[in-house]
Amino acid sequence: MRLKCPLCGDRDRREFYYYGAEDYLHRPAEGAPLADWDNYLHLRDNPAGVTKDLWYHEQGCAQWLVVTRNTVTHEISGVELVAERKA
Amino acid sequence: MRYSGLKVITEGLFGNKGWTPAWRDPAPKAEYDAIIIGGGGHGLATAFYLAKNHGLTNIAVLEKSHIGSGNIGRNTTIVRANYFLPGNSEFYSHSLKLWEQMESELNYNVMHSQRGLINLFHSDGQRDAFVRRGNAMINQGDDAILLDREGVREHLPYLDFEQTRFPIYGGLLHPRGGSARHDAVAWGYARGADQRGVDLIQNCEVTGIDIANGKVVGVQTTRGAIRAKKVGIIVAGRSSQVAAMAGMRLPIESHILQAFVTEGLKPVINHVVSFGMGHFYISQSDKGGLVFGGDLDFYASYASRGNLPMVEHVMEAGMTLMPMIGRAKVLRSWGGIMDMSPDGSPIIDKTHIDGLFVDCGWNYGGFKAVPASGWCMAHLMATGESHEVAKMFRLDRFATGHLLDEEGTGSQHNLH
Ligand SMILES: Cc1cc2nc3c(=O)[nH]c(=O)nc-3n(C[C@H](O)[C@H](O)[C@H](O)COP(=O)(O)OP(=O)(O)OC[C@H]3O[C@@H](n4cnc5c(N)ncnc54)[C@H](O)[C@@H]3O)c2cc1C
Ligand SMILES: [Zn+2]
Repeated sequence: MRLKCPLCGDRDRREFYYYGAEDYLHRPAEGAPLADWDNYLHLRDNPAGVTKDLWYHEQGCAQWLVVTRNTVTHEISGVELVAERKA
Repeated sequence: MRYSGLKVITEGLFGNKGWTPAWRDPAPKAEYDAIIIGGGGHGLATAFYLAKNHGLTNIAVLEKSHIGSGNIGRNTTIVRANYFLPGNSEFYSHSLKLWEQMESELNYNVMHSQRGLINLFHSDGQRDAFVRRGNAMINQGDDAILLDREGVREHLPYLDFEQTRFPIYGGLLHPRGGSARHDAVAWGYARGADQRGVDLIQNCEVTGIDIANGKVVGVQTTRGAIRAKKVGIIVAGRSSQVAAMAGMRLPIESHILQAFVTEGLKPVINHVVSFGMGHFYISQSDKGGLVFGGDLDFYASYASRGNLPMVEHVMEAGMTLMPMIGRAKVLRSWGGIMDMSPDGSPIIDKTHIDGLFVDCGWNYGGFKAVPASGWCMAHLMATGESHEVAKMFRLDRFATGHLLDEEGTGSQHNLH
């Protein structure tokens, strides 16, 4: 599998670190109920099909990426910079 | 039909014409007392113990494909009881005892071979951790022997002890650890359950779970609706999809784990050898193939095949540890879908829906757990109470903070 980093281009999977589902982007506010933290840290949709997850371009530009990909076919349909998404 | 050595001989003499199918192929009934979704090792063992221990025989196992098509027929068959944390330790200890009586209980040869498992260590710190683990195993009533480097050499003379990256300091030997024939375990439990009246319904995919007033009332399947007041979800890597049919979101992420087997060789590796630092473990099957594997591919996946970087990594680790295997030719590699939980430990629990139970989160260690998981899930489904040795495998432990993080790696699904 290869990922097309918006900054570095088409790169080998081994350059990236996988963190988990994009749920990690939605950190609950301070003081949020415990259920929100459980949701954020542990509970997952875990779809067999299209998903969005977080990857870190560890051996490249050191940017966090949101990757849209299919968990059954490993097809990648989009890679965005987390930094730009939030902006 | 009872199997025996005499039966094999007489059938051999008379052209093997007297064998009958090991289980029936019944059509689904309109209603059962209980339904098990998933005909893998855990589902079949649950059905068997529901019938045997609790006298519940009007039950069905619904399997979307054929018996043995899931991870139960894809794993590398290591059976061990070398866990450390209270909660895990007593469960796997119970499981190993059930393994030791499985063949007579099922009247089935599962080729369970207690050839000994050796976990290698490569530093003083790791040795201290292994001493502690060994003591926990002994306190639990299981066996563990600490080997120094020369002790390991006596058992495994073919290792490269002087490798620069991870020189071998010693190992923890678990003599009762070993391996078994994976599909035979599925077939043995399937046959045992069938003999006790359980309907094993293959090619029957569950597509919906029917709930009324907070209670489960049955399931929808590709072979029609089936009613039941108790339903157990025991579908390993597919747990999230099936739970979603009941509107639930589980603490599970599915990952792929690969394994490899070489051509058949004469006996060279007599133990199960685990090289944790290199992410590599190996044993030799009774057919002679070297069966080995490593770590997850590390990202969520439902593709039953792996990526090449992990293939390369596993081969490198194997060559580092035991250069002799470089002579063997790899015949096949494959992958299975693992239900990874955030703390690496399983779940056997009720859900918030009355009559709906879930057994999942086996990560890559669910083969050894098959008998105890079946035993405890059957206990839970029959009595409504958690079994003593599985009472910490709660679904809500992530929310309450009662994690069972055996490796201490934190709450990220792919780190266990
Ligand atoms: C490569 C590899 C190596 C492993 N090595 C080891 C090891 O050495 N030691 C160890 O202890 N464990 C090991 N494991 C883990 C172990 O194999 C699993 O944890 C265990 O088999 C999972 O439980 P199961 O047998 O019930 O799963 P499965 O056999 O996967 O059973 C689940 C069943 O549910 C069915 N199903 C899914 N969805 C539906 C539906 N909607 N309707 C009906 N049926 C459905 C599936 O078809 C499947 O048959 C390994 C796994 C892999 C992949
Ligand atoms: Zn980059």
